[in-house]
Amino acid sequence: MRDKPVVAIALLAIVVAVAVGYAVGRKSAPASSAVSEPVAAAQKPTAPASATEARPASNQIDAIRRGVPIAEEASPPVMAHVENTDIKRVRAYPMQPPTIPHSIDNYQIDKNSNRCLLCHARANADRFQAPPVSVTHYMDRDEQILATISPRRYFCTQCHVTQTDAKPLVANNFKDIDTVMSEQPVQKAN
Amino acid sequence: MWPRIKSWAAMFWRTMRRPSVHYSLGFLTLGGFIAGVIFWGAFNTALEATNTEAFCTSCHEMHDNVFQELKTTIHYTNRSGVRATCPDCHVPHRWTDKIARKMQASQEVWGKIFGTINTREKFLDNRLELAEREWARLKANDSLECRNCHNYASMDLTRQSTRAAQIHQRWLGTGEKTCIDCHKGIAHHLPDMAGIPQG
Repeated sequence: MRDKPVVAIALLAIVVAVAVGYAVGRKSAPASSAVSEPVAAAQKPTAPASATEARPASNQIDAIRRGVPIAEEASPPVMAHVENTDIKRVRAYPMQPPTIPHSIDNYQIDKNSNRCLLCHARANADRFQAPPVSVTHYMDRDEQILATISPRRYFCTQCHVTQTDAKPLVANNFKDIDTVMSEQPVQKAN
Repeated sequence: MWPRIKSWAAMFWRTMRRPSVHYSLGFLTLGGFIAGVIFWGAFNTALEATNTEAFCTSCHEMHDNVFQELKTTIHYTNRSGVRATCPDCHVPHRWTDKIARKMQASQEVWGKIFGTINTREKFLDNRLELAEREWARLKANDSLECRNCHNYASMDLTRQSTRAAQIHQRWLGTGEKTCIDCHKGIAHHLPDMAGIPQG
């Protein structure tokens, strides 16, 4: 190998270049982070949890942001927990699909299996003392009774949902018919 | 061929039967003991190395299918940070049973070599058979691997939801059912369950 010196010089040059690059990189890295730190601090979420209750700021454009200005990052509200009391709730209106009074975390409801029907199928309800699925759910659209749950009623969570302890985003002053009737003055008393 | 093997075996037998000429009894006993300890340590270390989550998920069959499903469940991540890894549920903890299961696992090595479930489609096609094997095993040993951690006697029923407490008392407490009867598919997705009793 006649160009041994050339190779040696090239190697040396590479080593020097790497060393210089390393040194420069090390020096500049903390400097750049020092510069960016105050910026990051300024951009840090300044909206505490209480801001969720505050009046919408003038420069916010989206109600879902809970009053946090568009340039700021909102701190998310505390996660709500699913009510797992097993106490049946009253229906808010006739024909409302009853809400689920227990947690359904990781229940598999797909083509292969339906975890809800493990207890709520009419065949199993007595063993688990669960309210059986209504017989209407075993009917097809021509009201013919089927042996198993009707395919159009198969995916329980399309209509039946769990409830959480989250605060309602929008106030609701709905009154059911019984309340309305009891508030009416009795006109035909005599 | 045969006479040669026979003469070799006879020579070996004579050597083994004859008392040692050069080595003392103490050396042979102590040496045998130390060699035994080293052999056993190596054997057990290798055995335990095959009993880890990292080993199980080193095959793509396990990593891409069942391990991904496990990740979404409470046995993988939960509030107290206790994780049930693959062997906690799929390999018995007692030594004899563990060795028996490890011998059966040679079939799984065969499956790996010949690619029985090396694609997602093949895995899904065979999923019911694989699952039924595990259900049968857990049914036969009264859900032993569940009970290694979940002991009915240690369950505080008052801290369970009322329906869970009722059902556990009614079916588990009386011994009429075992864990796997109701808790199929808690760590992995279920195959097509049409016609298979759950609970």
